[in-house]
Formats: sequence, C-alpha cells, structure tokens
Amino acid sequence: MREPPVLGRKLLFVTGKGGVGKTTISAGLALLAASKGKRTLVCELDAKGDLASCFETGPTRFEEREVAPGLWAMSMDSEASLRQYLSLQLRLPRAAGIGAVARMFDFVASAAPGVREIVTVGKLCWEVRERHYDMVVVDAVASGHIVGQLSAPQAINRLVQVGLVRQQTDWMLDILSDPVTTGVLVVATPEEMPVTETIELVGRLKNETTVAVAGVVVNRVLPELFVTREEQAFAALSQPSAVEALASALGGRPEPLLDAARLMVKRRRSRAAHVDRLRETLGAGGDPPVLLYVPYLFLRSYGLRSTRQVAAALAAELES
Amino acid sequence: MTGPGPGPTTIEALVAAKEIVVVCGPGGVGKTTVAASIAAMAACHLGGRVLVVTVDPARRLAQALGLPEPTRSPSSGRARSASGAQQVAAGAFARAGWAPRGELWAEMLDTKRSWDRLVSRHAPDKATARRILDNPLYQNISGRFVQSHDYMAVERLYELHAEGAYDLIVVDTPPTRNAVDFLLAPERMTDFFSSRLLRLLTVPYRSRLVDVASRPFYYVADRVLGSQFLQDIAEFFILFQTLSEGFVARAAEVQRLLADERTTFIVVSTLDMGQVREAEAFMRLLRAKRLHPGGLVLNRVLPTYLTEGGLAERSEQLSARAAELARELCSGGRAMEGFEPALVESVLSEVGTNFSNIALVAKREAAQRGELSRASDVVASIPELAEDVHDLAGVLGLGRYIWS
Repeated sequence: MREPPVLGRKLLFVTGKGGVGKTTISAGLALLAASKGKRTLVCELDAKGDLASCFETGPTRFEEREVAPGLWAMSMDSEASLRQYLSLQLRLPRAAGIGAVARMFDFVASAAPGVREIVTVGKLCWEVRERHYDMVVVDAVASGHIVGQLSAPQAINRLVQVGLVRQQTDWMLDILSDPVTTGVLVVATPEEMPVTETIELVGRLKNETTVAVAGVVVNRVLPELFVTREEQAFAALSQPSAVEALASALGGRPEPLLDAARLMVKRRRSRAAHVDRLRETLGAGGDPPVLLYVPYLFLRSYGLRSTRQVAAALAAELES
Repeated sequence: MTGPGPGPTTIEALVAAKEIVVVCGPGGVGKTTVAASIAAMAACHLGGRVLVVTVDPARRLAQALGLPEPTRSPSSGRARSASGAQQVAAGAFARAGWAPRGELWAEMLDTKRSWDRLVSRHAPDKATARRILDNPLYQNISGRFVQSHDYMAVERLYELHAEGAYDLIVVDTPPTRNAVDFLLAPERMTDFFSSRLLRLLTVPYRSRLVDVASRPFYYVADRVLGSQFLQDIAEFFILFQTLSEGFVARAAEVQRLLADERTTFIVVSTLDMGQVREAEAFMRLLRAKRLHPGGLVLNRVLPTYLTEGGLAERSEQLSARAAELARELCSGGRAMEGFEPALVESVLSEVGTNFSNIALVAKREAAQRGELSRASDVVASIPELAEDVHDLAGVLGLGRYIWS
C-alpha cells in the first residue's frame, strides 16, 4: 500500500542531529497542517523553550495551549504524563497518592530504561487514539536517542510479561507500527555529521523499530547564486579592470561584495556534495524516503515570521 | 604580597596551566573537532603526552586521528571501538608540515566496556560481578541507559587522570539531550544509590507487606508493572547495591576532579541563536557548580569584514543600479565588453542581494558574540570553513584560529 504524504499522517516524530533545526521544522510543519484546516497539536519533548519562541508565545506547558488558529502547543513532562495516564487508563484510586506515584515513577524510570520513554510516547499515542487532534507533530529527541524512544514499547513488552503495562503497550505498538498513521521525519543540514547520522538513522529506524520513515528534510539549503554562464561573467567581473570600474561607479571598494559572493558559492558547493551523498545513499536502499528541501533563512531574528517562512517552504515542497 | 595576576587571555595560556580540558556545549557545534584541535595544538606547542578522548567522531576525523573506523554497536547505535588509546604517528604531523614537541594520543570512549570495568572493580567478588554482568537488566542499563554515556565520560576521565600516563587530557563530551546532563551525571549517580527508593526496592519482598507507609508504593508498582517484573528488578538491584559504596565514593571523587583547579571547561558554541542560549545557560550552570569555565570557542562564525561600514549601502546600490552598471560595463572598450548586459545585470544584482543576506546574519552574529564574550575572558573564533576537517593538517589548521 502506498504510504500517505507527510501531512497525511496523524502522528509525526521530527528528529535529527542536535542543532539542525528540529524545532523550527516541527513548528513550521504544525503551522502548515493547522493552516490546511487540521486540528493540530505540536509537542516539544525537551523542554528547552525553543518551541514557544517559534510562535512568540509564553512558555509551553504540559497542558496544551492554542498558539495559532487550530494549533495547540505543549511541552512534555513525563511525570505529569504518568499521572494523567494512571488516572485515565488505570483508574487508580486517589488513595494511592501523588507522592507514591512520583516516587514510583522515579524508581521505575531509573530501574527500567524505556519506562520514561513509554510514558511520553504513550501520551502522544493516546491523543491520536482518542482523536483529540487530526495531527500530532512531535519535536522529538535527537537522532542518538530516537530509536530508543520509539522502540521502548517493544523493549517493555519483552521485559514485562504480564500486568497492565503489557496491555498498554499493545495498543501503542498498533498505532506506532501503522505507516498510515505514524511516521518519523528526519531533519538534516547539508553537512558531514548531520548527513552521516541521517543515513544511519534511516537504516536503524527500518531495522530496529516498527515506525515508518515519513521523509527527510534537508534544512538550511544555501541559494545557488549563479548558473554556469553567470559564473563566467562573475569571473570576468573579478578582473582588475572591472573591479576598478565598479569601484568608481559605486564610490567605494567592491571587493568585499565579490568576496561574499565567492564565500557563498564555495559554501554552497561543499554543502551540495553532502546533499548528493544523502540522496544517493538513501536512493540506493529500497523504498527511498521523500526528500524535502528548506532554504537557509537570512533573517535578523527567529520567531513567528521565520516559522511562517518554513511552513511556506514545506508547503511548496510537499505540493511539487 | 601581590594578589593573583590577571588570568589567561588565550586558549594556549589557559591550557598550558591545566591537566584536564573538558570541551562541552550544545549539540552540533563541532565539539569533537575543537577538542581534537586543542589536543593537537597542545602536543605541538606545549609538548608532553597529550590525550584526546572522543565520543563519536566523524569518520574522517577518526581517520585523521588514526583511530580505527568507528563501528556502531547494534544495541545503542553509538560508536564503539575495540582498542584503547592510539598514538598519532609523528609522520602524520610531518606530512601536515608540523614538528610536534610532544605526543598526541587519541582514544574513543567505549561506554559498555567502561561500565563493565566499573562493575568488576566495585563488586565484592567475581561471582557477584559475573551475575550482574549477565543480568538482562544490566545489559539494558549499560547499553541503553541514556545517562550512562554522560557518567561514563567523566568516569573514564577520572580513571585516565588517576593512571597519570598523560600530561594533558582533552575530553570531548558526549551528545546529551541537554548540555547540562553531562555535568549532573555524577550527582545523579550518587542520588540514585542513596535514594530511599532503591532501599525500598531491595527490602525482601515479604517484609514489604508489613510496612504500612510504603504500601501504596508497592500497590501502584504491582498494578503497573506486574509483580514478576518487580521481583526481577528487585533481584537485580539487590545485586547492584553491593556496588553502591564503591560507586558513590567514586562519583564523589569524579565530582571533585571536575571542580579541581587543574580542570578547565571550554565551552564551544556557534552563533546560532538557539545554541547561544544553550551555551549561556551552560556557563551559568558551570559557575553555579563552582566549576571553572576557562574559555569560549565560537565555531563557524562569519568573517568580520561583512559588517564594515559603507558596504551595506554599496550592496544596495549594486542591486538597485544593476541594469545601468551592466550597460556601462558591457559597452565598447569597457571591462565587460562582449558580455550580454542582461547576464551581467543579473550577476550584479545577485552579488548585491547575497551581500545584504550574509551581512544581515553577520550583524546578528556580531551582537550574539558581544553578548556571549562578556561571559569569558578567553574567547576564540573559528571562521566558517568551506571544507570539513578530514586530516591532521585540517585539525591543526583549525587549531591555529583557536590557539593564541
């Protein structure tokens, strides 16, 4: 069966190496989904506060808050999530007490790796199962940790043979394993390590988890300044006679302007090699993921305006 | 008596006075490469035996340091290496055009092996050690426990320092969810072992029923996890607790070493806004913990000429007057004679727009740099380089920007 396009999924985990712009892409994607009329939730897993700055709102909390029309934002808090889970799913008596729950969680999370992850992943799956939102976009953990997070329900299933947790992980696995419902979007920048990690991660997601890869976003793609004929003209413009002519016409030295253009051309070229490697390596495997290119944004600051630009760039990529 | 003189103002002066340099900062800023550069420069200029401990180097950087190609362990996905420290051959320095005064060694951190060694050292006897090492929960903890990378990096650092085989150790810190996790790792380890929960857990199963106070805890735990799993965990922790004393004592020593005068922290960041924010938070935490943030390395910064006065106006003119300038330049006897004016126009306009774009980012970076620089006496900047570092010459070339 053909998998739905990126926006057709109900649960999308956005990951990538640290510093590649996961949060910006998550925010842009969520804004795009909401603008298409989807009731959308965007959730930040690492509460660093970056998501709030993408929408220029106050800090996001566990209780979701509408940050744009049709778009709600929250940040994950595994303890609050556990508390909600216990009261909703297990109908635990209040007598069990919050203190006991908190202590137990502390213990469980330290003792059995995977428990913290399943509580957070569980909350997101639950929002999908209960159809509270048409789409849930998760600004997930970095590529080094995402496989552990997404395979946690399976790991717990192996460790815990009986009990309520076991029953709970079964429905979670159903949601996570369904490629129509759930996908992972890997964000990379055109640089050596982000590309290498992306290639490895796509392989590991396929081999070690049941979650489908929805696509790869190549973020911060630099503009192509010149086509071949223009390059020749640019080279001629760098000759002394042309430089002098420009200097007198502009009333000042033009060299820094030409240097900046050369800098951009060089940077673009070295980055293009990494994009080629990404495309070729992913393309060589069966069933290559869709690649979405988002341009580098030359902006004074980042906020709602840049989030809108990312949303527009993603829209253009998804529609082409 | 005179007071202490002014502190070091260069990375060289800073590193010369230290035995341990911890290179830290947000993810994706190039910590590993910077750590390698500092170590390589120290080997060249300061002499002695210098070791760089890396966590997850890029393939070409690993090759540049003479490390075997990292293979990824299937359970954790992290790089693992079968060997210990490797010396970077003098020939490699010679090929890069350098004659080092000292030796450069490199080692890749192996979390799993470090855990195993730690267990073997602190276990009361060989049989207990074996039982712990074979326990499936232990496998999970050492292979997947996210925080174990953080803890093991500092633990290995302590071990290497105690062995005393190196004059200077430069450590690249592991990728963590948050830069501060790494710093808190020894404390967390201590907290874990001294927590009431661990004691609660390791109380033999039957006697729990008598303890009224902890009954709700077991009630919840049983319902959620099932008593069999709970018993499995308890068994493991009863074994694991035999290590407690050694672990807690060791974590305290590791903590002391990090706070020692001989240790300095060098924070690496780019001038990207999110990363600057994280780096600032990290510096604050270092001070709050009474650790010694010695220097700041700003990586991949745009050249400063971009912010020089008058250039913005010139670039705007170039775009606005592109057609007129192109016609002029392409006319008979002028510099661009023979070129199509429309082609030259689009090139001029593109050059102008590009400059405005880059200058905007450069100005933002300059503001961020001003803010960050106030937090440290030693600030070094590395320009954004077109090429990735792929050999020792590249590592040393980068080092030149950092060093003095």
